This record gives sequence, C-alpha cells and structure tokens, in this order.
Amino acid sequence: MNSGIEKDVEAKDTTEEHSDNSENTKSDSMSKGDAKKFYEEKGLDLSPDVPVKPKPIPTFEKSLADKISSKFGDKLRVDYVRADRIRVTTKREDIIDVAKFIRDELKYDHAESVSGVDYPDSSEIEVIYHLGSYTDEKLGRQIFALATRVPREDIPNPGSDATRTPSLRDVFYSVEFHERECFEMFGVYFEGHPDMRRLLLPEDWADIPPFRKDFKIKGR
Amino acid sequence: MTTQLPPGMNIETVDDKIMTLNVGPQHPGSGHMRLIIKVDGDYIVSCDPDPGYVHRGEEKMAEYRNYIQNIPHLERPVIHDSSNILYPYCLGVEELLGIEVPERAKYIRVIAAELNRCIYILYWLAIYGIFLGHSTMFMWPAGDRELFIDLLEAMSGARVTHAYLVPGGVRNDLPSNFEERCLRQVEYFEKRLKEYEAVFYQNPLLKARTEGSGILSRTDAIRLGTTGSVLRASGVDFDVRKKEPYDVYENLDFQTIVMKEGDSYARSRVPYLEMFESCRIIKDALRKMPKSGSVRTKLKPNPKGGNDEVYRRIESGRGAIGYYIVSNNRPEPYRVKISVGSFRNLICMPYLLKGEKLGNMPAVYWGLNYWPVEADR
Repeated sequence: MNSGIEKDVEAKDTTEEHSDNSENTKSDSMSKGDAKKFYEEKGLDLSPDVPVKPKPIPTFEKSLADKISSKFGDKLRVDYVRADRIRVTTKREDIIDVAKFIRDELKYDHAESVSGVDYPDSSEIEVIYHLGSYTDEKLGRQIFALATRVPREDIPNPGSDATRTPSLRDVFYSVEFHERECFEMFGVYFEGHPDMRRLLLPEDWADIPPFRKDFKIKGR
Repeated sequence: MTTQLPPGMNIETVDDKIMTLNVGPQHPGSGHMRLIIKVDGDYIVSCDPDPGYVHRGEEKMAEYRNYIQNIPHLERPVIHDSSNILYPYCLGVEELLGIEVPERAKYIRVIAAELNRCIYILYWLAIYGIFLGHSTMFMWPAGDRELFIDLLEAMSGARVTHAYLVPGGVRNDLPSNFEERCLRQVEYFEKRLKEYEAVFYQNPLLKARTEGSGILSRTDAIRLGTTGSVLRASGVDFDVRKKEPYDVYENLDFQTIVMKEGDSYARSRVPYLEMFESCRIIKDALRKMPKSGSVRTKLKPNPKGGNDEVYRRIESGRGAIGYYIVSNNRPEPYRVKISVGSFRNLICMPYLLKGEKLGNMPAVYWGLNYWPVEADR
C-alpha cells in the first residue's frame, strides 16, 4: 500500500490507476521520509485517514433504539446510533416482526433503498433496508437501517438454494422493485414476494449474480 | 411463474380480446425502457415495466476505483443533473473520511446543484411538451436551457458532464464576474418562465389530456414510497432540502411546492414551479456567499475510509438520491448503492396506467419524471 502516498492526488487523481504492486519509478526513488517532507511542503495533510473522535450519542435516536431493543431484546443487535441514523441487525426469522414493529410503533412508512452487500469471507450476504418516514414530522431527517444476513453459497442457484430471506413486501409495499433488483444482482430469494422475477438483467443471463464479489469485471 | 423456466421468463396464455403491446425499448415515447402493456380496446389492462436496457453497472464499477476516480463515472447515469447525482456521493465520502468543506464551497455547490436542477427540469419539460404534441414547449425550454448550460460551462469548463463537485468542495473557483452574470441570466429567466404558464400550463389541450388522469392519492404515494415531484404533487410536504438540509440549504430562503390533486397535471406543474424556487435559492446564495476563500479542502493522496458505512441523500430533479457507501480500510469503497428517484417512482407505473387510456400513457409516463438511464444505473 505504499504506492498511494507518493502520488500527487491533485494532479493525477482522475487519470492514475491505483494499484497495490506499483511499478511507479517515483515510489522506488523516494523514501518515505522524503515523501512526507514533499507533501508537507505542498500543504497536504498526512494525518490518519479517519479522525478518531467520539461523537455524542443523540438522545432522540437513542430513545428510538432503546424502544426497539427493549421490545426484542437479544433478537436484534443495535449496530450504531448516530445523528439521524440508526442501524439494527436481526436474524432473518425475526425480520418480519421487527419490520412490523418499525412500521406500526416507530412510524416509518416507506423504504428508501434495499441493498445487498456480499461478504464472501464469512460466506454471508447482508440485505439492508433503509427506511424513512413521510408522515411523522419528527422522523423527516431519520433513516432507519434494518439489516439481516443470509447464508451464501459458492455456486449460486438463485431461487433454489439456501440464500433466501422473507420478503418485506407485505410490510413495506415500496420494497417490491428493490427486492427484485437485489434478487437478480445478489441471488437472494425473497420468500413471499409476489413477483420474484428479474428486473434489470436480461432474461437469458446465464452467469452468476453480477454484484457478487467473485464476479469480476473484465480487465480489472 | 413456472418452476422449469429460469427467473424472468414466463409463458403467456393468449386471449383474443386482450392485446399485448411492447412500448419500447426503441419507441421515442418510452426512453430506453420497455413497457409491456396489455390493452383491452383503448384501455390499459396491465403494465409491466421492463427497465435495464441501459444498465451499466455503476455500482460494480465503483468498487474497482478509488474515491476520487469514482467521480466522473458516477455522474453518467444522469448527465443533465450531474451535480445533483454527485452531491450525495461527495457528502457521503466527506462523512466517511472526516473532511470539512470550506464555507464558500458549500454555497458554490448549492448554486451548481440548483443550476443543474433547472437544466434537468427544462430538458424534461421539453420532452414532455413534444410528447403531448406541443412543439413550442419543446423549443422554448430547450433554448432557455442554454442559459444555465452556459453558466455551468463557465463554472466547470464542460457543457453537460461537469464533474464539478468533488469530496472536499468543488473542483475550481468561480470565474471572475460570475456573480453578476449569473444574477442577470437568472433574473431574465424568471421573467421568461412566466410565459410558459400561458402557452403551456393554461393550454386547454394540455389540461384535457392531463387533468384527472393517473390520479395517485396521498396514501398511495406514501405507501408506494414515491419521491420528488410525484410525492409533492400528491400532497405530501417532503423535500430533503427542507427536511434534512445539507450544506447551506437551511440558511437559504425557499419554499416546498406541494399540490393536492395528484393527477398528471399536478405532476407536470410541480417541477415547473420548483424552477422559480431554484432561482430564488440561486439569488439568495449569491447574496450570502463569502466573497473569497478556499473552495476545496485538499485530500490526502489516495484516502482510505475506515470500517464504516454511511447513507446520505439529497433532493435532485427527480426526487431523493441516496448513496449507501460501505468502506473497509481500502482506498476503494467496498460497496456503493445508489438509490435514485427514477427507480423508486417506477413502481407507480403499473399502478397508475391500469385502467388508463392508451393515449394518456405518455402524459402519465413523463409525469413520473422518470429518467431510464438513471433508474438502470
């Protein structure tokens, strides 16, 4: 990872490719100390990437998170509470109950997005629902992220393998097309979805779901 | 769906009375997408949208490039609104990397975003006009759009794909005498915009085709998770700029446009009225902007995000755009998900077109403010 630090981000950031095994002659000729001096002269900040400063936990978001964790206890895990953002993870068996509680008690009413994230190292795919509210004035700023993890198979067979989770379409109607997209891109089958067909991919797509990490872009 | 067939394929039974029409993907009235419409005589029985003809895998491409390299390709889904689609990405990356943006850059970003919103809405209005057979409404917005394109060209150097917003601020400072020129053009445009009212919005032909067609009630607009002008045309007062103000929107003076009717006419009118608000925002931002100062925080070379994730959203010309970015201590993001207004409003299409006359299809379709390339990403 030493190639990045020697590059001038101002001049080359849009044209240079990042690569770990750098063939950059500049990085060979310049020692780390020289590079540091070079960038200090140019006024570039070389402090750690993410400043580690604890932020105070906002009270309103904390009260919402407490409400849901007191109801479900160890069935769910509160991952973080930040300003305007809460994220909880639950098992897929409980996701419908949790989602109904979020809709009926916490007054979130629609899904902003449904994302899949592939974690091949732990053989899991995470499905995250980002929920928002139009009706409750206080929740206008808030996004509630509800996540669940499903098992991932190395040779996927979308629709008939273990990569499946209950659909939230009956709870939040607005997830319908988002779940269809997640199905084709990650191979996560949503049980109980009325119309689990492909949406963006062609009908004759015969490769693995393309947003999985083992699907590589040509030439990369 | 039969189990033997791969997902996405099904066998249809043929009914003599019901006819299946493929609207698109080459049809000029559909954009780069296909609507599989079943009609009974002149009335639409069902509609199955089939997007994906311009799916370019922006989210996948983003996993292979670092945070700075991602800028130019992420604006490609909607080049008419390029500042707005980059905006949440910049906000998200700034939150991930802990970057502070200079005050002047925040105002310049708002001005660029609002100019771009006008460009998008004028382009959309031009197409809306020509699809309803109103050639004047194609010529006028397409011509007036050049005013804003010229301004953004002066700011960024490019006519449409600006790549002007970057994490940490904007790419370069404003040119000299930009404020004066911008103010003059925006003031001219406000006067010009009033003429659209008489020629298009009070036109009885437009009203006959759009009033009362494709009605979306307030409850359904919320239930279907619609966003942007579709939502506000159905009486829901929700605009991310007001509800979750980003950068300096909370200091600026503007209103949210809300209409109660929920029909095609209201959906066509809300973006038009929002252009007046955009002009107000631009004028106010020009007044309140610091006259000098830095416009870009320098990033470290190849910055890395921690083990973190972020969801940021903004209001674009077509509704909220949300970016969900997951990072894992690498210079490239681990996952980028773009949730766009066009994709979210797509769900209305089968809902609104059912029972509608086939001739009303273009009015309902373009009223949804749908941009196929953005929806496919």
